[in-house]
Amino acid sequence: MDFENFLKKLKEKDRVTLSKVITLVDNETKEGVEFLKKFYKERKDSFRIGITGPPGVGKSTLLNKLIERFAKKYDSVSVVAVDPSSPFTGGAILGDRLRMENIYKFDNVYMRSVASRGSLGGLSSSTENILQVLEIFGTDVIFVETVGVGQSELDVMEITDLVIVTLVPESGDSIQAMKAGIMEIGDIFVINKSDREDAYRVSEYVKSILQMKYQDKELTPPVINVSAKNDTNIDELVSRIENLKEIFIQKGIIERKREIRRKKEVREILRDMFIKSIDRELKIIENKNDKDVSPYEISEKILKNIDFKSLEDIWKER
Amino acid sequence: MERKIKVLVAKPGLDGHDRGAKVIASALSDAGMEVIYTGLHQTPEKIVKTAIDEDVDAVGLSILSGAHMTIFPKVLKLLKENKREDILLFGGGIIPKEDMEELEKMGVGKLFGPGSQTKEVIDYLRDWFEKNRK
Ligand SMILES: Nc1nc2c(ncn2[C@@H]2O[C@H](COP(=O)(O)OP(=O)(O)OP(=O)(O)O)[C@@H](O)[C@H]2O)c(=O)[nH]1
Ligand SMILES: [Mg+2]
Repeated sequence: MDFENFLKKLKEKDRVTLSKVITLVDNETKEGVEFLKKFYKERKDSFRIGITGPPGVGKSTLLNKLIERFAKKYDSVSVVAVDPSSPFTGGAILGDRLRMENIYKFDNVYMRSVASRGSLGGLSSSTENILQVLEIFGTDVIFVETVGVGQSELDVMEITDLVIVTLVPESGDSIQAMKAGIMEIGDIFVINKSDREDAYRVSEYVKSILQMKYQDKELTPPVINVSAKNDTNIDELVSRIENLKEIFIQKGIIERKREIRRKKEVREILRDMFIKSIDRELKIIENKNDKDVSPYEISEKILKNIDFKSLEDIWKER
Repeated sequence: MERKIKVLVAKPGLDGHDRGAKVIASALSDAGMEVIYTGLHQTPEKIVKTAIDEDVDAVGLSILSGAHMTIFPKVLKLLKENKREDILLFGGGIIPKEDMEELEKMGVGKLFGPGSQTKEVIDYLRDWFEKNRK
């Protein structure tokens, strides 16, 4: 594979090449890994915005409105929408484009749908890699949409700089239950579908929970009522995003997040390598499995046998 | 990791219902494929932009409006212009036999008439993938 040519084309903003490189990393191929290794230094720090929330709250519809604003303001805007794969069939229906008319109106917007694949309910393990390709491509802003069920909202916090949690007036009753997960991770809370009843009662409720949680007034997440459908209050949301971005930069919060992210990724990659080599050792002993030997003893034996030097080869076997 | 077959299912034209497209989208997903579903009123330009940005293996169009002789060739042409004629274009709908033959001559893949089983489509895509993308 002609990596240099790929890079050259990416820098020329060639979308056919961009799509192909993303496929390479999405499928976790050897070439994809090599590409990221080689050109990591070429990336710029795009501003990454996560949008999460329960199914059907209007994340894509809202994103469609944000795309319009950001596409006018920045040279290059990208959207990555992650949808769950079926754990039974491995298949997925990726339907977020349905509500994103604006991706077709602006030539500087790139949108990619991603299936979560192996990771249980969470983000695809390759999502971070896809974002890195977009950063090598040189995009200014990346939106990441994920459905907030279980693990994925925590994952989205880890791979983005700012998280918008989207709720609807009907979420009122379930916020108590969600509190543990979703209330923790938002930098901005949006009550979408505020064209409906109860929207302001719910936003007051969310505000009261957040005020208890945060001491620093400047960092207490704002709660904003919008209607993506009617385009109400979207500009207010945009200016809150820009405002928070400035604060995050000034306070060094983004820098810190990126540092933590890099460390976590190294840990993730190492874990993946180890698991693969453990699996290989397990295959070797499978045949002579003595049922009277304790699993601890077996583990200690395996540990002694792992050849750390060959870890990289195992990684490349994929 | 086993590579997934990625398919774009779209419904071009102005006629107003997408039941057929939805049925095929969920059948393909049940067969383990990753399906990009874009809904109604897709123009050839949008279809091709989506196919390129999503880097799909195949594009399936459901056409009932009788516009097949304009839409299929247009999509083929745009794919070619973007050097992505390697993407399989197939479809379904009410298409007279002569038209089907002419479209297939142009380079369109298999066209499934009314009453086709979803299994035929799945087998066709798997077979194509095996031969062209492995
Ligand atoms: N009344 C009202 N309906 C809305 C609003 N925003 C979105 N909707 C509707 O809510 C439904 C779901 O919208 P999506 O944007 O697909 O929601 P989503 O959160 O992206 O859905 P998933 O990706 O499937 O989780 C659609 O029927 C939208 O038209 C709004 O502000 N008000
Ligand atoms: Mg959505």
